[in-house]
Amino acid sequence: MPALLTVNDLAVSIAGKSVCRGLNLAIERGQCWGILGRNGIGKTTLLHTLAGLRAPDAGTIYLEEQPLTRLPRRHIAQSISVLFQHSEDPFPSTVLETALIGRHPYLNAWDWESEEDHMLAQQALAAVGMDGMASRQAGTLSGGERQRLAIATLLTQDPQLLLLDEPANHLDLHHQITILDLLVRQTRERGKALLMIGHDLNLTARYCDHALMLFGEGETTQGKLPQILTEENLARLYGHPIQCFSVGGKRVFVPE
Amino acid sequence: MKNGVLMRKRVLLPSLFLLSVASVILALAFGSVTIRWPELWAVLNGAGGLNRSLMLDLRLPRAASAFATGGLLALAGALMQVLLRNPLADPYILGISGGAAVGALLSMLLGASGAWLTGSAFGGALLSMLLVFTLAHGHGSWTSSHLLLTGVVCAAGWGAVISFILAISPDAQLRGMLFWLMGNLSHADNPWPGLIVLALGVMACLPLARNLNVLSRGELQAGALGVAIAPLRWQIYLIASLLTAVAVTLAGSVGFVGLVVPHLLRLAIGNDQRLLLPAAVLLGGSLLTVADTLARTVVAPQQLPVGVITALLGVPVFLYLLQRSPR
Repeated sequence: MPALLTVNDLAVSIAGKSVCRGLNLAIERGQCWGILGRNGIGKTTLLHTLAGLRAPDAGTIYLEEQPLTRLPRRHIAQSISVLFQHSEDPFPSTVLETALIGRHPYLNAWDWESEEDHMLAQQALAAVGMDGMASRQAGTLSGGERQRLAIATLLTQDPQLLLLDEPANHLDLHHQITILDLLVRQTRERGKALLMIGHDLNLTARYCDHALMLFGEGETTQGKLPQILTEENLARLYGHPIQCFSVGGKRVFVPE
Repeated sequence: MKNGVLMRKRVLLPSLFLLSVASVILALAFGSVTIRWPELWAVLNGAGGLNRSLMLDLRLPRAASAFATGGLLALAGALMQVLLRNPLADPYILGISGGAAVGALLSMLLGASGAWLTGSAFGGALLSMLLVFTLAHGHGSWTSSHLLLTGVVCAAGWGAVISFILAISPDAQLRGMLFWLMGNLSHADNPWPGLIVLALGVMACLPLARNLNVLSRGELQAGALGVAIAPLRWQIYLIASLLTAVAVTLAGSVGFVGLVVPHLLRLAIGNDQRLLLPAAVLLGGSLLTVADTLARTVVAPQQLPVGVITALLGVPVFLYLLQRSPR
């Protein structure tokens, strides 16, 4: 079976700086990947490129075996979803309406959302602990609630590949764990795949099985988590010494 | 919730349709001569005579033009607001009315009227549209703020040209020019181009409406949800600009309808474009029909430019909305 997302000899750059060069990746179903790197190194740019929202300088991205550039956007949106760092809402809309836009890629031009679509949206809201807020204006939500709503929209979209840009942003500790538990469990149980950008090494260690490090100047390294998340790599990655301890069988990372 | 939305859809559009019919009947009845209900009813049932020609030959084309203009402006305003993701955008914000005004004033300065005047107004609108399109597209990368800035600066440029033309025009023509600039329906006696373009515009927009809902949440988000952004953006720009160009050609630059109507509806029913767009057409049409009836009757037999009425109605309504809005 081909990998869900295959990246061939990819080169991406932004504002004249190289994010990656000659990058090859194979993201298999059931895998959870962490993308690590300093601020401004191009993690988000890479994520948008993988979603087909931005053209790479060179190389090809395949969804299953189809080059992303040959697929209609609607088709891509049924397979790949993106959690963005920022959400825009210049116009008023309710929590339920916001979650429902996740069904957009499945509906034809004249369709209205069906009973089933509404049920999916309600289930997604319940999954992130926002049932009972369905008719609230999205503009009145707190930062953490907005983030959970964005994740509920993503669940309503029900994609195969989840590209998450700092999913733990704004979330309190309890929600960081319950929501990442939920996303990672779904990914493994239903044979989806997940890629997340994050700065919390302990969350990455807890949830990811693979990691991709962006060092800047196009240099990257990748592989299974235990081989990648080493003190040596991390010190190089962040330019800061980081120690790794073992606490109750779990690896814990502490900056010096 | 779904039932709530369907309920609103079921109630809103029929009631706005009734409002539209009522506004047109009002426009038929009132004017320099008021026609009473029994006479009105008789004419609607086929009676002939002076009342009939007054209502159906004089007032009906003008009422239909007013309705078409209001509908065009409200629809164009709603589209511009989504395109620029700015609830304060109106159909004129990108300079289309400025281009039309320069065309119209120049032809008045040269002593032209009738088809020449409307032709040059429409030509000016198209020129302005192409100018903004080309300039905003020049860099390849295209953002809504880039389009907004390009359009606003072009509009300012047209404004300067308009002032220049007004400054060098002979006094005899100034009155006609000012009426044109304020928006005026007294020469709009052929409603058909407006009505046909309005119908085509609605048919072109409705299948895009859910895409617009998604686009209003940002271009990246819309892209991730399966919308092909670049074609949609240009479609909306072209449709909104053409609607505006036709409205301006019909009636000059009538202000505030395109800004206030979508805003008002958004406060009442939310931002679902599948409802908002048809509702804006009906409400905008009714509003301008009523405003034009007022413009004909307030100081009858003299006529006011309808733009004055819409602005006088629009400014307080808009300020009230602004005060009330939570953010």
